[in-house]
Amino acid sequence: MDFTTQLLIAAISAGTPLLLATLGGILTERAGIIQLGAEGLMLMGAVTTCIVYIRSGNLMLALLAAVAVTAVLGMVHSFLCVTLRANQTMSGLAMTLFGSGLSAYLGKSISGLPLPGFLPRLDLGLIKSIPVIGDIFGRLDVLTWFSLLLVLALHLLIHYTSWGLHLRAVGDSPATADVMGIRVQLIRYSYITAGAMLIGLAGADMVLAYAPTWNEGLTAGRGWIAVGLVIFARWNPLRALFCAYFFGALDSLGFRIQLLGSSIPSYFLKMIPYIVTILVLMYLGYRNRNKPSGTPESLGTPYIREQRF
Amino acid sequence: MNMKNGSQAAVLEPSPVKSGKRFSMRLEYDASRTRSPWWSPFLSVVLALLLCAVFIAANGMSPVTVYEKMFRGAFGTSYGITETMVKAIPLLLCGLGIAVAYRISVWNIGAEGQLTVGAMAATAVTIYFPGLPAFWSISLMLLFGTAAGALWGLMTAIPRTHFGVNELITSLMLNYVALLALDYVVFGPWKDPAGFNFPGSPMFTAAQSLPVLGSTRLHIGLIFGLIAVVIYYLMIKFTRWGYELRLIGANPTAARYAGIPIKRHIIIVMLISGGLAGIAGMAEVSGVTHKLMQGISPGYGYTAIIVAWLAKLNPLGLIVTSVLFGGLIVGGYSVQTIGLPSSISEMLQGSILFFLIAGDMIHRFRIRRSV
Repeated sequence: MDFTTQLLIAAISAGTPLLLATLGGILTERAGIIQLGAEGLMLMGAVTTCIVYIRSGNLMLALLAAVAVTAVLGMVHSFLCVTLRANQTMSGLAMTLFGSGLSAYLGKSISGLPLPGFLPRLDLGLIKSIPVIGDIFGRLDVLTWFSLLLVLALHLLIHYTSWGLHLRAVGDSPATADVMGIRVQLIRYSYITAGAMLIGLAGADMVLAYAPTWNEGLTAGRGWIAVGLVIFARWNPLRALFCAYFFGALDSLGFRIQLLGSSIPSYFLKMIPYIVTILVLMYLGYRNRNKPSGTPESLGTPYIREQRF
Repeated sequence: MNMKNGSQAAVLEPSPVKSGKRFSMRLEYDASRTRSPWWSPFLSVVLALLLCAVFIAANGMSPVTVYEKMFRGAFGTSYGITETMVKAIPLLLCGLGIAVAYRISVWNIGAEGQLTVGAMAATAVTIYFPGLPAFWSISLMLLFGTAAGALWGLMTAIPRTHFGVNELITSLMLNYVALLALDYVVFGPWKDPAGFNFPGSPMFTAAQSLPVLGSTRLHIGLIFGLIAVVIYYLMIKFTRWGYELRLIGANPTAARYAGIPIKRHIIIVMLISGGLAGIAGMAEVSGVTHKLMQGISPGYGYTAIIVAWLAKLNPLGLIVTSVLFGGLIVGGYSVQTIGLPSSISEMLQGSILFFLIAGDMIHRFRIRRSV
């Protein structure tokens, strides 16, 4: 395999957790609620997966546990932001702080223990025999395939179904949606929770396909990169696919350059994804300064139905 | 409250058996009640302790033992108390910076990185100007530390004001960049040749170290913090600048119509915010560790967010909350002696924030009886 093919494979493997987390962020934010808890949710997803997988040896159970735990956290975020109309920024920060603290606490007992296995790969005999494509797509794991299908499903859901219309209505103009009889709070609760579950799954993917063992702060800011990617992808699942793989490539590029025997210290190579995130967002901000950015109109503003006496 | 039907004033039907007369209760939301009661921060701390007790108990430990250990470690001995004060210094400085920014809704979460570059810049002084007398060396370290922190703050402010980039993401990304830069210098160019290959700069000389109180580790960075609190209080209360900040904080739209240059304020506020965190970083290396090394901050920048929020951005409240959280960090260390991870304190911090923001809103709901 040549360098480009290897980089593409690495980009997909590093990009899948980013993709899942970005899709989760898109769902949450399309409903009009800011999701800054991604880092904490990913950590909780990752640690839950590790604990359950190591203790039970059952991969399916581990994934379900990760999704269940992050669903509960998603409901906490929903309760704070939708029902109590709390500050969404602060709620997200609290989620991240709580998630990193709790995951470090829970993960202490299994820190450094190897996981019993990795994600099963789908061996596609026919595709595998095609030269380059076979190398790239022939042996992807199940979560990667799931994330690819999810991109398609969410694209269709958001843009071509009445559910998606309701979601967009709730995110853009909850008052109008309310008048039309759409249950704004129910929809917000559902999508925030679903989004949190996807972010939890992103954390699970990080440990199952990427890092062989749990260690504290394992995600190293990838949750925050996903928050940036949501903006970068302009709340659109198809763009999210491209953006996530682009950052996956950047993420693994540093490592590849090091392998090639470059003299650049690895610390600078590891800075690349963070710096590029800032630069890309600045570029997008500059380019779209007079254009709609695709932000859900009511993102960040809690919906308060007119007070009746 | 009824979250199912999404109604504003959820009507809870009474049980007809209990009361003969028909009445109903409803939950009313009153957006005008913006001042939360003074006891809500205390209640959030108590509730957070209860919630984390559940996790601790689930892990097979007695929460009472753990909390007692933490409290004794932080406030039980004179050593513990001075250590708590030592931790409170960076929290106070960073928290103050964060509070200034939050006043006009600039969400700086980059204090961790700003502190780190402040510490690095102060260390640069010791490396490139080694033989300076104490006064000049400390002054220069303070100047460099502040400037580096302010510059890091500026790198968050400019994308926000001129490119519309959310400052949360920028400031956080810059934290990772700063930490990687720190790793680079302590493993690379600034590594102590006499340090047995241990990553870290050479030890500072006495002239490069902040004076300490007696034989304790409590250094005069505490004075920096207290001076900063007083200046902040006076500026906010009595200057035109402070008035404009309060106006932007209260109503940004009105402030814009009044012709207040919001962009300029964002930049100034981020310079101050980063500068204060830079001072904290300088004080850490010069007053506590006496050399630059990895893990110079056990997350002071993040803890300071809660410190500021818990104090309701009030400068005097900040003094109290930073001591409380300094104690939480020291307490976190002391539970390590009974084999528990210090992340208990992080977990507590996160849950305090949860209850705090919930408490800020819950009191706006009122139960009304209507016939």
